[in-house]
Amino acid sequence: MFAYVVRRLLAAIPVLIVASFIAYALVALSGDPLEPLKIRNPPAPQRTIDLETARLGLDENIFVRYWHWLTGVLQGNFGESVQSNYDIGENLARSTVVTLRLVVVAMLLALILAVITGVLSAVRQYSKFDYATTFLGFVFLAMPSFWIAIVLKDLAVRYNKATGTTVFYTIGEKSQNYDSLSPFGKFGDLAGHLILPTIALALISYAAWSRYQRAAMLEVLNSDYVRLARAKGLAWRQVLTRHVLRTALIPLVTVTALDIAAILGGAVITETVFNWNGLGRMLLTGVGRADTNAVAGWLLLAGLVVIIFNVIADVLYAVLDPRIRHE
Amino acid sequence: MSDTAARPVTETFAVRERKQSELVFRRFLRHRAAVTSLLLFVLVVLFAYVGPLLWKYSYTDITDDLSRSPSLTHPFGTDLIGHDTMAQVMRGTQQSLKIALAIALIGTVLGALWGAIAGLYRGRLDFLMMRIVDIVLTLPTIAVAAAVAAQGVGGSQWWSIAVILGALTWPYVSRVVRGVVLSLREQEFIEAARALGAGNPRIILRHLLPNALGAIIVVATLTIATGILGEAALSFLGVGVQAPDTSLGLLVSINRDAVNTRPWLFYFPGLFIILIALTINFVGDGLRDAFDPKQTRVRQ
Repeated sequence: MFAYVVRRLLAAIPVLIVASFIAYALVALSGDPLEPLKIRNPPAPQRTIDLETARLGLDENIFVRYWHWLTGVLQGNFGESVQSNYDIGENLARSTVVTLRLVVVAMLLALILAVITGVLSAVRQYSKFDYATTFLGFVFLAMPSFWIAIVLKDLAVRYNKATGTTVFYTIGEKSQNYDSLSPFGKFGDLAGHLILPTIALALISYAAWSRYQRAAMLEVLNSDYVRLARAKGLAWRQVLTRHVLRTALIPLVTVTALDIAAILGGAVITETVFNWNGLGRMLLTGVGRADTNAVAGWLLLAGLVVIIFNVIADVLYAVLDPRIRHE
Repeated sequence: MSDTAARPVTETFAVRERKQSELVFRRFLRHRAAVTSLLLFVLVVLFAYVGPLLWKYSYTDITDDLSRSPSLTHPFGTDLIGHDTMAQVMRGTQQSLKIALAIALIGTVLGALWGAIAGLYRGRLDFLMMRIVDIVLTLPTIAVAAAVAAQGVGGSQWWSIAVILGALTWPYVSRVVRGVVLSLREQEFIEAARALGAGNPRIILRHLLPNALGAIIVVATLTIATGILGEAALSFLGVGVQAPDTSLGLLVSINRDAVNTRPWLFYFPGLFIILIALTINFVGDGLRDAFDPKQTRVRQ
């Protein structure tokens, strides 16, 4: 198993390199970071522009620039930012901690809810519960994530106003006085700020995943070996947990891993709505400044996260399905 | 003896022959949610394209009614400077639909060809093509699209957004089509076509793609829904459709602070996004059942 994981990670390296080159080239070629200097009134002196061009390496061709950037990244140096005092590596590390917290909690919430409703609506197929969750699933699937987030935020603000309390935090990933809180208080503060963005982000994935779980359950429920288990006289409960659920979880594992890129994209939007200072803001700031090194570093990290989740999914796959053993 | 008895037996029992497309159509009609959704979707399209011709205000008109809540003169209310929200939603729906359809078209054509070629040729070419798909899928669509669109490539025209999102959508389509083609290519009729001397391009265009049409239509429908949401997300982040033009996503975005004070500005365009994505998804579901009845009708 260990050897398999190492092999998978090694195989991902060329994919990451090509993906990061495409990302780098797209960002570098689609905008000019020095445009604000050039169109400024009064215009910046030519010397300033030349110095900035040299500092950002803009005088080199795209392949050389990419090579410098890549070799730098491998040594832990993410390169110069358009904003000269902005440390890309440090910001990436800090934002990742903030955003992964949101992404992981949201994924767990979505998974748990999806498995529960998927199982229940398959076991009680065509019941009222089944129709209701199916319809709700379709509605969530059709909602833009920022729309859900804004509606949730508005509801929370109304609730807070009506009760004169701050039960729900609607702005930022932590309070202003976070640093002065006790360790326990810090945890509570972070958790409190997580609630609304997590729900907003989880609902969309939940909708799709519960549909998959339902379909997978139905397929297994109608299989011959489940009929056999029933015919042997096994308790229905035991059939469900041991025989049906274990098999029916396999497709969901794959789908979850495939969706991680979309969830990261959703996190960018959710963070924007709730004014988080995480990967979302970092990306949008970088994009706004045409900051090639920052955006390419961001995309490389996102790609790495996607690949790691896919490897985790493959390992889980082997745990759930004894027919698949990666030797 | 009447002349019915004189008829040959086979004719008495004969059932009118039905074409494949007719069968699909009949099965689709039985899916009530899908048919209702299709009707609703057609109404939305008429609202977007015929509505502006009949409605007294244009989306650029500035009326004297400022920040009015919904009434008979302004069914969806007006905004701070007097735009009629219904006229704006009509224009926004038009632009959003246009972009979503273009995304679906680009993504489907590219993805279907890519998947069919990879599936038919197998081997090294397949491996290479599918790794390219992996590479595109590794990058979060919204992030890449935002990075490219932010710099106003193509001057922020509606089609530039469609091209960017379409170019990030095709890998999903190609995976589906490749899966179908992999099983189709082993069947006898492909062998027969090959024996008759058909080359690969002919096999792909005349035999594989038409037989994969069901799967392609279903995935194309679902691509329209993701396209609507993708455009909305980009416009929300401020890198999609730009003022003075408008789209549903842009309308929600610029009115997000009005959610509490003038909710009609925020909720009407949002409801149209949901309505379009919801109906399209139901239609896609109905089409999937219609094209492949054994996939969803589970017999207990």
